[in-house]
Amino acid sequence: MARAAIGSEIEKLIRLFSGLPGLGLRSARRVVLYLIKREEQLLRPLSRALEMVADSIKICSCCGNIDTTDPCCVCIDPKRDLSVICVVEDVSDLWALERARVMNSHYHVLGGVLSALDGISPHDLNIKRLIERACVPEVQEILLAVNSTVEGHTTAHYITDILGDCNVRVSRLAQGIPVGGELDYLDDGTLAAAINARTIF
Amino acid sequence: MEWKETGFILGVRPYGETSALLESWTRDHGRAMGLVRGGLSRRWKGILQPGNRIVLNWRGRFSEQLGVFIVEADHLYASELMNCPLALLALNVMNELVHIIPERDPHPRLFDSYEHLLNAMSKGYVWLADLVRFELKVLSELGFGIDLTSCVATGDVDNLVYVSPRSGRAVSRSAGLPYSDRLLPLPPFLLDDTLVTNDIPLLLQGFKLAGFFLDRHVYSFRKIAPSCMREILIKRLILL
Ligand SMILES: [Zn+2]
Repeated sequence: MARAAIGSEIEKLIRLFSGLPGLGLRSARRVVLYLIKREEQLLRPLSRALEMVADSIKICSCCGNIDTTDPCCVCIDPKRDLSVICVVEDVSDLWALERARVMNSHYHVLGGVLSALDGISPHDLNIKRLIERACVPEVQEILLAVNSTVEGHTTAHYITDILGDCNVRVSRLAQGIPVGGELDYLDDGTLAAAINARTIF
Repeated sequence: MEWKETGFILGVRPYGETSALLESWTRDHGRAMGLVRGGLSRRWKGILQPGNRIVLNWRGRFSEQLGVFIVEADHLYASELMNCPLALLALNVMNELVHIIPERDPHPRLFDSYEHLLNAMSKGYVWLADLVRFELKVLSELGFGIDLTSCVATGDVDNLVYVSPRSGRAVSRSAGLPYSDRLLPLPPFLLDDTLVTNDIPLLLQGFKLAGFFLDRHVYSFRKIAPSCMREILIKRLILL
Protein backbone atom coordinates (compact mmCIF):
# COMPACT_ATOMS: atom_id res chain seq x y z
CA MET A 1 0.00 0.00 0.00
CA ALA A 2 1.29 3.44 -0.89
CA ARG A 3 1.98 5.72 2.06
CA ALA A 4 -0.08 8.92 2.16
CA ALA A 5 2.08 12.02 2.41
CA ILE A 6 -0.92 14.31 2.81
CA GLY A 7 -3.81 13.85 5.23
CA SER A 8 -7.22 13.11 3.77
CA GLU A 9 -8.76 16.45 4.94
CA ILE A 10 -6.06 18.40 3.14
CA GLU A 11 -6.35 16.13 0.12
CA LYS A 12 -10.09 16.87 0.05
CA LEU A 13 -9.43 20.62 0.18
CA ILE A 14 -6.96 20.33 -2.70
CA ARG A 15 -9.53 18.46 -4.74
CA LEU A 16 -12.18 21.10 -4.04
CA PHE A 17 -9.83 23.89 -5.09
CA SER A 18 -8.81 22.04 -8.25
CA GLY A 19 -12.44 22.22 -9.38
CA LEU A 20 -12.37 26.02 -9.44
CA PRO A 21 -12.03 27.89 -12.74
CA GLY A 22 -8.40 28.41 -13.70
CA LEU A 23 -7.02 25.89 -11.20
CA GLY A 24 -5.68 22.41 -11.83
CA LEU A 25 -4.45 19.93 -9.21
CA ARG A 26 -0.97 21.40 -9.25
CA SER A 27 -2.05 24.98 -8.65
CA ALA A 28 -4.65 23.82 -6.11
CA ARG A 29 -1.83 22.24 -4.07
CA ARG A 30 0.05 25.52 -4.17
CA VAL A 31 -3.02 27.49 -3.07
CA VAL A 32 -3.73 25.14 -0.17
CA LEU A 33 -0.13 25.20 1.02
CA TYR A 34 -0.14 29.00 0.73
CA LEU A 35 -3.30 29.22 2.86
CA ILE A 36 -2.05 26.79 5.50
CA LYS A 37 1.13 28.79 5.92
CA ARG A 38 -0.98 31.91 6.56
CA GLU A 39 -3.51 30.50 8.94
CA GLU A 40 -4.46 33.67 10.84
CA GLN A 41 -4.19 36.19 7.98
CA LEU A 42 -5.89 34.06 5.33
CA LEU A 43 -7.09 30.56 6.06
CA ARG A 44 -9.40 31.38 8.98
CA PRO A 45 -10.79 34.66 7.55
CA LEU A 46 -11.40 32.86 4.24
CA SER A 47 -13.20 30.02 5.96
CA ARG A 48 -15.38 32.48 7.93
CA ALA A 49 -16.12 34.54 4.80
CA LEU A 50 -17.11 31.43 2.84
CA GLU A 51 -19.43 30.29 5.57
CA MET A 52 -20.99 33.72 5.92
CA VAL A 53 -21.64 34.03 2.19
CA ALA A 54 -23.01 30.49 2.04
CA ASP A 55 -25.42 31.30 4.88
CA SER A 56 -26.62 34.61 3.54
CA ILE A 57 -26.54 34.28 -0.26
CA LYS A 58 -29.80 35.28 -1.92
CA ILE A 59 -31.08 35.66 -5.45
CA CYS A 60 -32.85 38.99 -5.78
CA SER A 61 -36.54 38.29 -6.39
CA CYS A 62 -36.79 41.54 -8.34
CA CYS A 63 -33.84 41.47 -10.76
CA GLY A 64 -32.17 38.07 -10.38
CA ASN A 65 -28.87 39.51 -9.11
CA ILE A 66 -26.90 37.62 -6.48
CA ASP A 67 -26.48 39.40 -3.16
CA THR A 68 -26.81 38.83 0.56
CA THR A 69 -30.05 40.80 0.75
CA ASP A 70 -33.32 40.47 -1.15
CA PRO A 71 -34.05 42.89 -2.83
CA CYS A 72 -30.40 43.35 -3.75
CA CYS A 73 -28.35 46.49 -3.13
CA VAL A 74 -28.85 47.64 -6.75
CA CYS A 75 -32.64 47.37 -6.56
CA ILE A 76 -32.89 49.40 -3.31
CA ASP A 77 -30.34 52.05 -4.32
CA PRO A 78 -32.34 55.34 -4.40
CA LYS A 79 -29.73 57.10 -6.55
CA ARG A 80 -30.32 54.90 -9.57
CA ASP A 81 -32.31 55.89 -12.63
CA LEU A 82 -35.67 54.16 -12.35
CA SER A 83 -36.57 54.75 -15.99
CA VAL A 84 -34.02 52.34 -17.50
CA ILE A 85 -33.69 48.60 -16.96
CA CYS A 86 -30.57 47.03 -18.42
CA VAL A 87 -31.16 43.37 -19.32
CA VAL A 88 -28.15 41.03 -19.09
CA GLU A 89 -27.65 37.30 -19.61
CA ASP A 90 -25.77 36.55 -16.44
CA VAL A 91 -24.78 38.06 -13.08
CA SER A 92 -21.20 38.27 -14.37
CA ASP A 93 -22.40 40.70 -17.07
CA LEU A 94 -24.09 42.85 -14.43
CA TRP A 95 -20.86 42.92 -12.47
CA ALA A 96 -18.88 43.83 -15.60
CA LEU A 97 -21.16 46.81 -16.34
CA GLU A 98 -20.97 47.92 -12.70
CA ARG A 99 -17.17 47.68 -12.73
CA ALA A 100 -17.05 49.89 -15.80
CA ARG A 101 -19.35 52.41 -14.03
CA VAL A 102 -21.14 53.11 -17.31
CA MET A 103 -24.69 52.38 -16.19
CA ASN A 104 -26.65 54.04 -13.42
CA SER A 105 -29.75 52.06 -14.20
CA HIS A 106 -31.50 49.10 -12.72
CA TYR A 107 -30.75 45.63 -14.06
CA HIS A 108 -32.50 42.45 -14.94
CA VAL A 109 -30.64 39.12 -15.09
CA LEU A 110 -32.15 36.61 -17.54
CA GLY A 111 -30.15 33.66 -16.28
CA GLY A 112 -29.18 32.48 -19.77
CA VAL A 113 -30.28 32.80 -23.38
CA LEU A 114 -32.64 30.90 -25.68
CA SER A 115 -30.76 27.99 -27.18
CA ALA A 116 -31.97 25.56 -29.81
CA LEU A 117 -29.46 22.78 -29.21
CA ASP A 118 -29.50 23.08 -25.42
CA GLY A 119 -33.30 23.19 -25.42
CA ILE A 120 -33.51 26.42 -23.41
CA SER A 121 -36.97 27.93 -23.90
CA PRO A 122 -38.49 31.22 -22.64
CA HIS A 123 -39.86 29.37 -19.59
CA ASP A 124 -36.33 28.61 -18.46
CA LEU A 125 -35.42 32.30 -18.39
CA ASN A 126 -36.38 35.12 -16.00
CA ILE A 127 -38.64 36.77 -18.61
CA LYS A 128 -42.03 36.85 -16.89
CA ARG A 129 -40.71 39.08 -14.13
CA LEU A 130 -39.11 41.36 -16.73
CA ILE A 131 -42.48 41.94 -18.38
CA GLU A 132 -44.00 42.85 -15.01
CA ARG A 133 -41.19 45.30 -14.34
CA ALA A 134 -41.38 46.81 -17.84
CA CYS A 135 -45.06 47.59 -17.33
CA VAL A 136 -44.40 49.80 -14.28
CA PRO A 137 -45.17 53.41 -15.36
CA GLU A 138 -41.76 54.85 -14.28
CA VAL A 139 -39.91 52.49 -16.63
CA GLN A 140 -39.35 54.06 -20.04
CA GLU A 141 -36.54 52.08 -21.59
CA ILE A 142 -35.40 48.46 -21.65
CA LEU A 143 -31.78 48.21 -22.75
CA LEU A 144 -30.97 44.70 -24.02
CA ALA A 145 -27.30 44.25 -23.13
CA VAL A 146 -27.06 40.63 -24.27
CA ASN A 147 -23.98 39.17 -25.89
CA SER A 148 -23.51 39.62 -29.61
CA THR A 149 -24.08 35.96 -30.43
CA VAL A 150 -26.73 34.09 -32.40
CA GLU A 151 -28.34 32.99 -29.14
CA GLY A 152 -28.09 36.46 -27.59
CA HIS A 153 -29.73 38.09 -30.63
CA THR A 154 -32.43 35.41 -30.86
CA THR A 155 -33.26 36.15 -27.22
CA ALA A 156 -33.17 39.93 -27.76
CA HIS A 157 -35.61 39.75 -30.70
CA TYR A 158 -37.91 37.51 -28.68
CA ILE A 159 -37.94 39.91 -25.71
CA THR A 160 -38.52 42.87 -28.05
CA ASP A 161 -41.64 41.12 -29.41
CA ILE A 162 -42.88 40.18 -25.96
CA LEU A 163 -42.47 43.77 -24.70
CA GLY A 164 -44.50 45.08 -27.64
CA ASP A 165 -47.55 45.57 -25.42
CA CYS A 166 -45.68 47.42 -22.66
CA ASN A 167 -45.26 51.12 -23.13
CA VAL A 168 -41.44 51.12 -23.22
CA ARG A 169 -38.67 51.87 -25.68
CA VAL A 170 -36.49 48.82 -26.35
CA SER A 171 -32.83 49.51 -27.18
CA ARG A 172 -29.75 47.36 -27.52
CA LEU A 173 -26.00 47.76 -27.45
CA ALA A 174 -24.17 48.75 -30.63
CA GLN A 175 -21.97 46.12 -32.22
CA GLY A 176 -18.71 46.54 -34.07
CA ILE A 177 -15.16 47.71 -33.55
CA PRO A 178 -14.06 47.82 -29.90
CA VAL A 179 -12.34 50.94 -28.55
CA GLY A 180 -8.65 50.65 -29.41
CA GLY A 181 -9.40 47.92 -31.93
CA GLU A 182 -7.23 47.85 -35.03
CA LEU A 183 -8.85 46.42 -38.11
CA ASP A 184 -6.14 43.94 -39.04
CA TYR A 185 -6.25 42.43 -35.54
CA LEU A 186 -10.01 41.92 -35.42
CA ASP A 187 -11.62 38.55 -35.96
CA ASP A 188 -13.75 38.07 -39.06
CA GLY A 189 -17.01 37.85 -37.12
CA THR A 190 -16.52 41.27 -35.51
CA LEU A 191 -15.49 42.79 -38.83
CA ALA A 192 -18.54 41.38 -40.57
CA ALA A 193 -20.84 42.65 -37.79
CA ALA A 194 -19.21 46.08 -37.92
CA ILE A 195 -19.65 46.30 -41.69
CA ASN A 196 -23.27 45.15 -41.47
CA ALA A 197 -24.06 47.63 -38.67
CA ARG A 198 -22.25 50.58 -40.27
CA THR A 199 -23.70 54.06 -39.69
CA ILE A 200 -23.65 57.32 -41.67
CA PHE A 201 -20.70 59.45 -40.52
CA MET B 1 -7.81 9.44 -39.47
CA GLU B 2 -8.13 12.82 -41.05
CA TRP B 3 -10.51 14.71 -43.31
CA LYS B 4 -11.04 18.22 -44.58
CA GLU B 5 -14.38 19.66 -45.62
CA THR B 6 -16.33 22.87 -45.65
CA GLY B 7 -19.34 22.76 -43.36
CA PHE B 8 -21.69 24.68 -41.10
CA ILE B 9 -21.70 25.25 -37.37
CA LEU B 10 -24.74 23.85 -35.59
CA GLY B 11 -23.66 24.67 -32.07
CA VAL B 12 -20.74 25.21 -29.75
CA ARG B 13 -20.43 24.28 -26.08
CA PRO B 14 -17.65 25.01 -23.62
CA TYR B 15 -15.30 22.07 -23.10
CA GLY B 16 -13.09 22.63 -20.09
CA GLU B 17 -12.13 26.22 -19.60
CA THR B 18 -10.68 27.21 -22.93
CA SER B 19 -11.74 24.64 -25.53
CA ALA B 20 -15.01 24.37 -27.41
CA LEU B 21 -16.98 21.29 -28.38
CA LEU B 22 -18.07 22.04 -31.93
CA GLU B 23 -21.03 20.38 -33.60
CA SER B 24 -20.74 20.76 -37.35
CA TRP B 25 -22.76 19.75 -40.38
CA THR B 26 -20.95 18.64 -43.50
CA ARG B 27 -21.96 17.23 -46.85
CA ASP B 28 -19.78 14.11 -46.87
CA HIS B 29 -19.31 13.42 -43.16
CA GLY B 30 -22.76 14.37 -41.93
CA ARG B 31 -23.07 15.74 -38.43
CA ALA B 32 -19.58 15.74 -36.98
CA MET B 33 -18.34 16.63 -33.50
CA GLY B 34 -14.87 17.68 -32.47
CA LEU B 35 -12.86 19.86 -30.13
CA VAL B 36 -11.55 23.27 -31.05
CA ARG B 37 -8.60 24.00 -28.81
CA GLY B 38 -8.82 27.55 -27.50
CA GLY B 39 -12.26 27.79 -29.12
CA LEU B 40 -13.67 29.89 -26.28
CA SER B 41 -11.16 32.68 -26.83
CA ARG B 42 -12.24 36.09 -28.05
CA ARG B 43 -10.52 35.40 -31.36
CA TRP B 44 -12.75 32.41 -32.12
CA LYS B 45 -16.04 33.46 -30.53
CA GLY B 46 -17.18 35.50 -33.53
CA ILE B 47 -16.33 32.73 -35.96
CA LEU B 48 -17.72 29.81 -33.94
CA GLN B 49 -21.33 30.98 -34.20
CA PRO B 50 -24.21 28.78 -35.40
CA GLY B 51 -24.83 29.12 -39.14
CA ASN B 52 -21.30 30.18 -40.03
CA ARG B 53 -19.64 28.24 -42.85
CA ILE B 54 -16.11 27.18 -41.98
CA VAL B 55 -13.36 24.97 -43.32
CA LEU B 56 -13.01 22.00 -40.99
CA ASN B 57 -9.89 19.90 -40.63
CA TRP B 58 -10.82 16.90 -38.50
CA ARG B 59 -8.20 14.67 -36.96
CA GLY B 60 -8.70 11.74 -34.62
CA ARG B 61 -7.28 8.30 -33.92
CA PHE B 62 -10.46 6.45 -34.81
CA SER B 63 -13.43 7.67 -36.79
CA GLU B 64 -15.72 7.09 -33.76
CA GLN B 65 -13.51 9.07 -31.43
CA LEU B 66 -14.10 12.70 -30.50
CA GLY B 67 -11.46 14.26 -32.71
CA VAL B 68 -9.93 17.67 -32.90
CA PHE B 69 -10.93 20.34 -35.41
CA ILE B 70 -8.64 22.94 -36.86
CA VAL B 71 -11.00 25.50 -38.38
CA GLU B 72 -10.87 28.47 -40.71
CA ALA B 73 -13.61 31.01 -41.41
CA ASP B 74 -15.25 30.72 -44.82
CA HIS B 75 -18.58 32.59 -44.95
CA LEU B 76 -19.89 34.18 -41.76
CA TYR B 77 -23.63 33.97 -42.21
CA ALA B 78 -24.44 34.52 -38.51
CA SER B 79 -23.66 38.22 -38.47
CA GLU B 80 -25.67 38.69 -41.68
CA LEU B 81 -28.75 37.14 -40.09
CA MET B 82 -28.52 38.73 -36.64
CA ASN B 83 -30.72 41.70 -37.49
CA CYS B 84 -33.47 39.60 -39.06
CA PRO B 85 -35.53 37.95 -36.29
CA LEU B 86 -37.36 35.59 -38.62
CA ALA B 87 -34.15 34.35 -40.25
CA LEU B 88 -32.48 33.86 -36.86
CA LEU B 89 -35.44 31.79 -35.69
CA ALA B 90 -35.31 29.78 -38.92
CA LEU B 91 -31.60 29.14 -38.42
CA ASN B 92 -32.35 27.83 -34.92
CA VAL B 93 -35.13 25.60 -36.29
CA MET B 94 -32.86 24.23 -39.04
CA ASN B 95 -30.02 23.50 -36.62
CA GLU B 96 -32.37 21.79 -34.18
CA LEU B 97 -33.61 19.56 -37.00
CA VAL B 98 -30.13 18.67 -38.23
CA HIS B 99 -29.18 17.97 -34.61
CA ILE B 100 -31.61 15.02 -34.50
CA ILE B 101 -29.87 13.30 -37.42
CA PRO B 102 -27.47 10.57 -36.27
CA GLU B 103 -23.79 11.51 -36.15
CA ARG B 104 -21.44 10.68 -39.06
CA ASP B 105 -24.39 9.94 -41.32
CA PRO B 106 -24.09 11.92 -44.57
CA HIS B 107 -27.23 13.43 -46.15
CA PRO B 108 -25.87 15.36 -49.13
CA ARG B 109 -29.27 16.41 -50.51
CA LEU B 110 -30.36 17.76 -47.16
CA PHE B 111 -27.02 19.53 -46.81
CA ASP B 112 -27.56 21.23 -50.18
CA SER B 113 -31.03 22.36 -49.09
CA TYR B 114 -29.60 23.74 -45.86
CA GLU B 115 -26.97 25.71 -47.74
CA HIS B 116 -29.50 26.96 -50.28
CA LEU B 117 -31.85 28.10 -47.53
CA LEU B 118 -29.13 29.91 -45.59
CA ASN B 119 -28.03 31.67 -48.77
CA ALA B 120 -31.58 32.77 -49.53
CA MET B 121 -32.01 34.08 -45.99
CA SER B 122 -28.76 36.04 -46.01
CA LYS B 123 -29.57 37.60 -49.37
CA GLY B 124 -33.12 38.54 -48.31
CA TYR B 125 -34.86 36.36 -50.89
CA VAL B 126 -38.28 34.85 -50.26
CA TRP B 127 -37.43 31.68 -48.34
CA LEU B 128 -40.18 30.65 -45.88
CA ALA B 129 -41.62 28.02 -48.24
CA ASP B 130 -38.14 26.53 -48.46
CA LEU B 131 -38.06 26.19 -44.70
CA VAL B 132 -41.24 24.08 -44.81
CA ARG B 133 -39.72 22.01 -47.64
CA PHE B 134 -36.58 21.60 -45.53
CA GLU B 135 -38.60 20.28 -42.58
CA LEU B 136 -40.29 17.73 -44.82
CA LYS B 137 -36.91 16.76 -46.30
CA VAL B 138 -35.55 16.09 -42.83
CA LEU B 139 -38.49 13.76 -42.19
CA SER B 140 -37.94 12.07 -45.52
CA GLU B 141 -34.19 11.60 -44.87
CA LEU B 142 -35.08 10.02 -41.53
CA GLY B 143 -37.39 7.62 -43.35
CA PHE B 144 -40.69 9.35 -42.53
CA GLY B 145 -41.31 11.21 -45.77
CA ILE B 146 -44.82 12.08 -46.84
CA ASP B 147 -45.89 10.94 -50.29
CA LEU B 148 -47.46 13.63 -52.48
CA THR B 149 -47.25 11.85 -55.85
CA SER B 150 -50.87 10.72 -56.11
CA CYS B 151 -54.16 10.48 -54.24
CA VAL B 152 -54.12 7.62 -51.74
CA ALA B 153 -57.81 6.89 -52.42
CA THR B 154 -58.18 7.29 -56.19
CA GLY B 155 -54.65 7.36 -57.61
CA ASP B 156 -55.35 10.77 -59.19
CA VAL B 157 -52.30 12.94 -59.75
CA ASP B 158 -54.21 16.19 -60.16
CA ASN B 159 -56.14 18.37 -57.71
CA LEU B 160 -54.20 17.12 -54.70
CA VAL B 161 -55.25 19.45 -51.88
CA TYR B 162 -55.11 17.38 -48.68
CA VAL B 163 -52.78 15.02 -46.84
CA SER B 164 -54.10 12.12 -44.84
CA PRO B 165 -52.73 12.33 -41.29
CA ARG B 166 -52.95 8.56 -41.01
CA SER B 167 -50.98 7.51 -44.09
CA GLY B 168 -49.01 10.69 -44.80
CA ARG B 169 -50.17 10.51 -48.42
CA ALA B 170 -51.89 13.08 -50.62
CA VAL B 171 -55.67 13.11 -51.10
CA SER B 172 -57.47 14.70 -54.06
CA ARG B 173 -60.13 17.39 -53.64
CA SER B 174 -63.04 15.15 -54.67
CA ALA B 175 -61.96 12.14 -52.63
CA GLY B 176 -61.20 14.24 -49.53
CA LEU B 177 -64.14 16.61 -49.51
CA PRO B 178 -66.46 14.45 -47.35
CA TYR B 179 -63.73 14.10 -44.67
CA SER B 180 -62.04 17.46 -45.13
CA ASP B 181 -62.22 18.30 -41.40
CA ARG B 182 -60.08 15.26 -40.63
CA LEU B 183 -57.47 15.92 -43.34
CA LEU B 184 -54.50 18.30 -43.37
CA PRO B 185 -54.62 21.01 -46.05
CA LEU B 186 -51.82 20.67 -48.63
CA PRO B 187 -50.54 24.06 -49.87
CA PRO B 188 -49.63 24.10 -53.61
CA PHE B 189 -46.01 25.13 -53.00
CA LEU B 190 -45.30 21.66 -51.62
CA LEU B 191 -46.28 20.09 -54.95
CA ASP B 192 -43.94 22.30 -56.96
CA ASP B 193 -40.48 23.09 -55.59
CA THR B 194 -40.10 26.03 -57.98
CA LEU B 195 -43.12 27.88 -56.54
CA VAL B 196 -42.10 30.93 -54.52
CA THR B 197 -44.66 32.28 -52.08
CA ASN B 198 -44.99 34.76 -49.26
CA ASP B 199 -48.66 33.98 -48.69
CA ILE B 200 -48.86 33.68 -44.91
CA PRO B 201 -52.02 31.50 -44.66
CA LEU B 202 -50.51 29.02 -47.15
CA LEU B 203 -47.17 29.03 -45.32
CA LEU B 204 -48.96 28.39 -42.03
CA GLN B 205 -50.74 25.44 -43.66
CA GLY B 206 -47.32 24.13 -44.64
CA PHE B 207 -45.91 24.54 -41.14
CA LYS B 208 -48.98 22.85 -39.68
CA LEU B 209 -48.55 19.91 -42.04
CA ALA B 210 -44.83 19.50 -41.37
CA GLY B 211 -45.41 20.10 -37.65
CA PHE B 212 -47.95 17.30 -37.48
CA PHE B 213 -45.50 14.73 -38.85
CA LEU B 214 -42.52 16.16 -36.95
CA ASP B 215 -44.52 15.73 -33.78
CA ARG B 216 -45.54 12.18 -34.63
CA HIS B 217 -42.17 10.91 -35.83
CA VAL B 218 -39.75 13.03 -33.82
CA TYR B 219 -41.09 14.89 -30.77
CA SER B 220 -43.76 12.50 -29.49
CA PHE B 221 -41.86 9.47 -30.70
CA ARG B 222 -38.68 10.47 -28.89
CA LYS B 223 -40.60 11.96 -25.96
CA ILE B 224 -38.94 15.35 -26.40
CA ALA B 225 -40.56 18.78 -26.12
CA PRO B 226 -41.56 20.32 -29.47
CA SER B 227 -39.20 23.02 -30.67
CA CYS B 228 -39.88 26.33 -28.92
CA MET B 229 -38.00 28.18 -31.70
CA ARG B 230 -40.48 26.77 -34.20
CA GLU B 231 -43.40 27.89 -32.03
CA ILE B 232 -41.96 31.39 -31.72
CA LEU B 233 -41.40 31.55 -35.48
CA ILE B 234 -44.97 30.49 -36.25
CA LYS B 235 -46.39 32.97 -33.71
CA ARG B 236 -44.37 35.70 -35.38
CA LEU B 237 -45.75 34.70 -38.79
CA ILE B 238 -49.32 34.85 -37.49
CA LEU B 239 -48.70 38.42 -36.30
CA LEU B 240 -47.25 39.54 -39.66
ZN1 LIG C 1 -32.14 43.24 -7.48
